[in-house]
Amino acid sequence: MSAHEDTHAHEDHGHHHKETFVTKYIFSQDHKMIAKQYLITGTIMGVIGVFMSMMFRMQLAWPEQPNVLFEAVLGKWAPDGVMSSDIYLALVTIHGTIMVFFVLTAGLSGTFSNLLIPLQIGARDMASGFLNMISYWLFFLSSVVMVISLFVEAGPAAAGWTIYPPLSALPMAQGGSGLGMTLWLVSMAIFIASSLMGSLNYIVTVLNLRTKGMSMTRLPLTIWTFFITAVIGVISFPVLLSAALLLIMDRSFGTSFFLSDIFIQGEVLHYHGGSPVLFEHLFWFLGHPEVYIVILPAMGLVSEIMATNSRKPIFGYRAMIASILAIAFLSTIVWGHHMFVSGMNPFLGSVFTFTTLLIAIPSAVKAFNWITTLWKGNLQMNPAMLFAIGFVSTFITGGLTGIILGDSALDINVHDTYFVVAHFHLVMGISALYGMFAGIYHWYPKMFGRMLNKNLGYIHFWVTAICAYGVFFPMHFIGMAGLPRRYYTNTNFPLFDDLANVNVIITIFALIGGAVQIIYLYNFFSSIFFGKKAPQNPWKSTTLEWTAPVKHIHGNWPGEIPHVYRWSYDYSKPGHEDDFVPQNIPLKEGEEELQH
Amino acid sequence: MSTTVVNTGTEGKTWGGGTKPLHASYGKMMMWFFIVSDALTFSGFLAAYGFSRFKFIDSWPIADEVFTHVPFLHGQEHPMIYVAFMTFILIMSSVTMVLAVDAGHHLKKSKVTIYMLLTIIGGLIFVGSQAWEWSTFIKGSYGAVQTKGGNILQFVDTNGERVALKDFVVATPVENVMHEDVNGLVSEAQGTTPTYTIENVIHGLESHDNILVRTQALNEHGHPTVLSREESLNKLKSQATQVVEGANLHHNEYGSPLFADFFFFITGFHGFHVFSGVVINIIIFFNVILGTYEKRKSYEMVEKVGLYWHFVDLVWVFVFTFFYLV
Repeated sequence: MSAHEDTHAHEDHGHHHKETFVTKYIFSQDHKMIAKQYLITGTIMGVIGVFMSMMFRMQLAWPEQPNVLFEAVLGKWAPDGVMSSDIYLALVTIHGTIMVFFVLTAGLSGTFSNLLIPLQIGARDMASGFLNMISYWLFFLSSVVMVISLFVEAGPAAAGWTIYPPLSALPMAQGGSGLGMTLWLVSMAIFIASSLMGSLNYIVTVLNLRTKGMSMTRLPLTIWTFFITAVIGVISFPVLLSAALLLIMDRSFGTSFFLSDIFIQGEVLHYHGGSPVLFEHLFWFLGHPEVYIVILPAMGLVSEIMATNSRKPIFGYRAMIASILAIAFLSTIVWGHHMFVSGMNPFLGSVFTFTTLLIAIPSAVKAFNWITTLWKGNLQMNPAMLFAIGFVSTFITGGLTGIILGDSALDINVHDTYFVVAHFHLVMGISALYGMFAGIYHWYPKMFGRMLNKNLGYIHFWVTAICAYGVFFPMHFIGMAGLPRRYYTNTNFPLFDDLANVNVIITIFALIGGAVQIIYLYNFFSSIFFGKKAPQNPWKSTTLEWTAPVKHIHGNWPGEIPHVYRWSYDYSKPGHEDDFVPQNIPLKEGEEELQH
Repeated sequence: MSTTVVNTGTEGKTWGGGTKPLHASYGKMMMWFFIVSDALTFSGFLAAYGFSRFKFIDSWPIADEVFTHVPFLHGQEHPMIYVAFMTFILIMSSVTMVLAVDAGHHLKKSKVTIYMLLTIIGGLIFVGSQAWEWSTFIKGSYGAVQTKGGNILQFVDTNGERVALKDFVVATPVENVMHEDVNGLVSEAQGTTPTYTIENVIHGLESHDNILVRTQALNEHGHPTVLSREESLNKLKSQATQVVEGANLHHNEYGSPLFADFFFFITGFHGFHVFSGVVINIIIFFNVILGTYEKRKSYEMVEKVGLYWHFVDLVWVFVFTFFYLV
């Protein structure tokens, strides 16, 4: 297929293909519909993941106390309403898996890469609409397999979202190591295929299908982050695939890649020579870049929203790009900081400490650039902006503890405690979620042609923000006090008795924070049908997506694709009537393009 | 847009919008990035291989002693000859692929057809050779004994030449014990039970003065350690647990079972790539014959599968290096 023909194929989108219900809403090849499919699937998975965290938080606050909710939801896993330790471990595992991969990877980057890449670079659609559709449906399939794994007889995977062997490698190791673990691996293998197809599409679309004038240095930062995220995905997910395939061999074919000298109930297993630490290396070679796959798109969304709602150009555009590139590069050489207590040579530990701490530099560049973008801006405090500012807040709070955990000498003291839980939830969990919410509030009009209710948005933000800190701030202290993560209950250790009340407070905040998401869900789903009709450019933004008609058409723009004459951050530019100049407005006579 | 003539400010630069900023179609670029991704999967495997080999650096099997067989030359040792032949074939198939792509640029259908056919044949010879290599490896050559710690004891004569178990051990006929389980009657032998028992081997060693035990531990010259006659008997009597013939995912007569695990997995994964490459090549071959690309006036699909084919060959160069040469 020649490139020449491809362009034709895309230009044809506007005026043939009679769309039926199935091709429009189900097997759609339109990037805007696929974005919505990703978002809604991600939302459903998010509801499941958050609900799980509510349940195990209740167990942690009121350990082993009967609860009607447990009895109703968990059934045989909660005899007499008391949550069993097996299901506790499974809930923690699946909560992590769902939130990291299904919500914050596919739900976040799948939604916004699909929605914004073609619209913001001025393309008719993704390079390959068909591959894009397959990518979504594989994601859907992997979500279904993951949800099915919750219902198998022996329980879902319970080895933690990092699925370290031997728990994950020996089917007889625990309940969840059997069919549950197999389904987990199958689901993730499908997920990796989906992610690869999506990423290939995002990369080539950004490289090949930009409109006239859209040079790389005129791209909105959103596109830069989606592009680099896809590149990191293409580099790191295949290594998870290699780890998963070797693990499947160990599980099903008796190889010894990750296993050695195992005794179960006095019986010697034949495995000889393998090493579970090898799995950790392979896993974290994906695992660390994965947190940037999660956070980078959120950073891009936040940059865009902050510039728009500050009515100011983003501060340090090129520094932002450089820091994205630096983060992407560094993300692949820091995985060892997850393994400081795995018996790692202290010298190697110090190398990983060094590379890890280097990431503080580009991260700080970004944080300062956001703050200076806000500085003396004409701030528009809509819900999207609030979530964007919330992102910067939690990113800094969580990032500071990253400096502690990245240092091998300090990390050893708090490794595997709630300090770590607090750190990564703030810096990548809550932050990325805020970025996602900000993106949804900002681009909802583009997705559904209607506005979200602002007041419900304010309630959503403030309650969520207070609860998120209410949950994760105290965790730093109980972590410092030595409370280990992943324990079913802490009542057996008199040492931790003093912390019982803190756990209750955390859980109360978690329950309120979880409940307030219902307001958001109500807002989201009711606004699809009853929301205020969206104007053409509700936030007075400069980027190309707001020049496309509110009502979606396949091919994005009727007639010609807009050309681009300026960068994407011409806010409050002197000499213009409006405080924003869209990218498709040619430079005036004698007007200089901003040096950025 | 307005009617005023304006320029986008990117004229005369490398990239002024439209398609093909890198002078590559999106499909070709996707293939390149797919290759990046697949290369990382192989890197994961090869890094894992390196990690595990390094762990057993002083007892890893020596490839020169493992891959010595050549078809039709039974009983002779020609280390590396056959794999060199396989590698040569694979690289030649890359050459014919380049010629096919080149002929495609000149829209010469008949030449593309011939070169694609040669590429497919080369790929099939490689996959077939791989299968033969596997079956030889699975069958094994000399046989060995595994110890409690999972190490391998091999047998040599006083000149240091390897001795096969069948040359000095006499098997006692084993009754095929049948027992009943959920699947009905099952032979306990399961087809993998070795021909000899440990007692047979001990007896054989006792009755042949010139046979010694060689362990996997490498001495200061980088050769496996050969034990004295007395040490040999003691080692065998105190530590041997089972006789191992050939290699599979659990045992490996050549040394560490991990060697066999990685050999089967990585060459298998690569072989799967070659196989799928052959299948794709066949599809493209028929498209060429049917004139699909002739009508399109572009043989870019040949170029895209060519990229994949070269990648698969390149991976083999690494697999070959790590398993056979280093």
